[in-house]
Amino acid sequence: MTDLGRVLILAGGLSPEREVSLHSGGKLRDALTRIGVEADLADVDAATLPALAADPPDVVFPVLHGTSGEDGTIREVLDLYDLPYVGALPPACRVAFDKATAKAAVKAAGVATPEAVTLPREAFHDLGAAALIERIVARLGLPVVVKPRAGGSAFGVTRVEEAGGLAEALMSCFGYHDSALIEQAVAGVEIAVGVLDTGEGPVALPAVEIEPRAGVYDYAARYTAGATSFFTPARLSEEILRAAAEAAVTAHRVLGLRDLSRTDLIVDGDGVAQFLEVNVAPGMTDTSTWPMGLHAAGLDFAVVCRDLAAHASGRRGAARG
Amino acid sequence: MIASEVRALFAVASRPEIVSLAGGMPPVDVLPLDAVAATVSELVLSRGAVALQYGSAQGDPGLRARICDVMAMEGITDAHPDNMVVTAGSQQALDLLTRVFIDPGDVVVTEGPTYVTAINTFAAYEARIVHVPMDGDGLSPAALAETLSRLAAEGARVKLLYTVPTFQNPGGITLTPPRRAEVIEVCRRAGVLVVEDNPYGLLSFTGEPVRAMRADAPDDVVYLGSFSKTLAPGLRVGWALAPPAVTARLVLAAESAILSQSMFTQLAVERYLATQPWAEQVKAFREMYRERRDAMLDALDEAMPPGATWTRPDGGFFVWVTLPDGVNTKAMLPRAIAARVAYVPGIGFYADGSGGTSMRLSYCYPSPERIREGVGRLGGVVRDELALRDTFGSRP
Repeated sequence: MTDLGRVLILAGGLSPEREVSLHSGGKLRDALTRIGVEADLADVDAATLPALAADPPDVVFPVLHGTSGEDGTIREVLDLYDLPYVGALPPACRVAFDKATAKAAVKAAGVATPEAVTLPREAFHDLGAAALIERIVARLGLPVVVKPRAGGSAFGVTRVEEAGGLAEALMSCFGYHDSALIEQAVAGVEIAVGVLDTGEGPVALPAVEIEPRAGVYDYAARYTAGATSFFTPARLSEEILRAAAEAAVTAHRVLGLRDLSRTDLIVDGDGVAQFLEVNVAPGMTDTSTWPMGLHAAGLDFAVVCRDLAAHASGRRGAARG
Repeated sequence: MIASEVRALFAVASRPEIVSLAGGMPPVDVLPLDAVAATVSELVLSRGAVALQYGSAQGDPGLRARICDVMAMEGITDAHPDNMVVTAGSQQALDLLTRVFIDPGDVVVTEGPTYVTAINTFAAYEARIVHVPMDGDGLSPAALAETLSRLAAEGARVKLLYTVPTFQNPGGITLTPPRRAEVIEVCRRAGVLVVEDNPYGLLSFTGEPVRAMRADAPDDVVYLGSFSKTLAPGLRVGWALAPPAVTARLVLAAESAILSQSMFTQLAVERYLATQPWAEQVKAFREMYRERRDAMLDALDEAMPPGATWTRPDGGFFVWVTLPDGVNTKAMLPRAIAARVAYVPGIGFYADGSGGTSMRLSYCYPSPERIREGVGRLGGVVRDELALRDTFGSRP
């Protein structure tokens, strides 16, 4: 065992990404255990708080995805228990998890992002859906991608080719969140760029190019082995890869993130890397891109995660989190 | 929404915070576990060498004889152990039957909606599945006759009618006695074998078991039975009762599939039936499920908005709810999960994409209090969905 003490990995929960999160947590636990770190995996539920109080871990590694995992909630709770943890503080999570706010912040820092309209469900109800849809199409053109304003794993995400499909896409989106982000669909190469900071400042990992076999990077394409081809590093020019890395690090910095993040981008026909979203608790499953980036950088997943935990542990008492 | 997305949502539904009206699991914790333990212990001590050995592909003769007594409760008094194959749940019997009868492209006619895993089995053998609608009296014989005529005119090879005629899964509907005779006659004329899947037959809330179709048509019906709902699904003991020629083929198919059934669980069931008051246990199950059915129907009356309709089962596990046109129960599922209640969207019970406005609710597992709570939450979700559909003008 290392002198790191006990690492508690929090996973599962009640978000639709529960299954993915449990896979991520299981992979992380196995990796840490393999290199001699004492690591436990806990499914977050009503027993979590009594367990944290009765037997506090030395450091927490949250890999909860989706609402309450990535919106800052669980980290706010960990702060209440004065437990150090890996990853960003609650205020930064709240901004990063809200795609519309994150896009605005990143855009203000000079990173391109597809034009988008963000509207709550009530707006369509109170003001009239037909007129709004007409204006949205006039403004953004087609195709567009409809996404829940917050959430992950492509739940509730629909690519809309014709105006007639927008209402159904919005209804599907509102199944997951009460506000929708309708974004211009940019044709290009999808990439994911991981960011890592073990104390020396944020560094971008090699970009992972994502090529879903069926053309759409939906839930099945993300988590079914073989459904998507990944190329690491992405098959792009050095110049574009540098710009993408810079965009990911910029997003990490301007959003005030910490330790690790993953930024999803699309490289358009002009070679511009456009910001789509950022994840504060990136997936760590076998088909997740953040570990792929580590591997491509010649880094060992287990060692990096141990270092992240050690770095977080070192913050104990210095500042919250 | 893609299928894997629905599976991800169901992964959340397994959490205790969610009132799951989705699964069809019997609550086995109400079984007298000490009696089960005593039976198993006695079996190992007295007949361990037999229980732990290979058996025959057809199943233990002693258990088959006991099963004949079980089926007699549903009016099947001429069953002979020789015409039976014991299987790993009735699901395996269905799989073997499909393997024996179905070539790619052959047609299986089923009720619409029908048992989701039967659809998967037929699809795995590349059968074409054609649904025939039901009403409150079950499968419509007229619609069945019309469908079979149309299929014959097309030159389709219709091999089987698969039906759950009693307390249907997912519909909760029971085929009336006159219609049973008509359905058998229609199939007999068309040369179509009837597969009567009857896992819920003994779980009648009126006290009287419903007479099985097989009771009056031994040459036309293959009967599938199971102890999964009347004892315990973990034992995986079911059976098929078939005409002799079919039985012989099923035995061969079983032999190639698994060599022999588990002797251990077969003998455990046989001993349990022989030494424990099993019929009383089934009666207790019936009472428990009746109370839960009542809780669900009362809660639906209270919680559902106008325009929603649902079946009122006289037995079994399920209520089939149909919402107003325009609602998509699959798209509504994430909102239901967020509201901490789960159901199964209706589309899964059809092979042709129908059932979008419907859902299956199961009352077998949660307590009456949890059922009331869950249906109350569901009512709110449905109202919200209707409001959303109104917003986007997607309701007729």
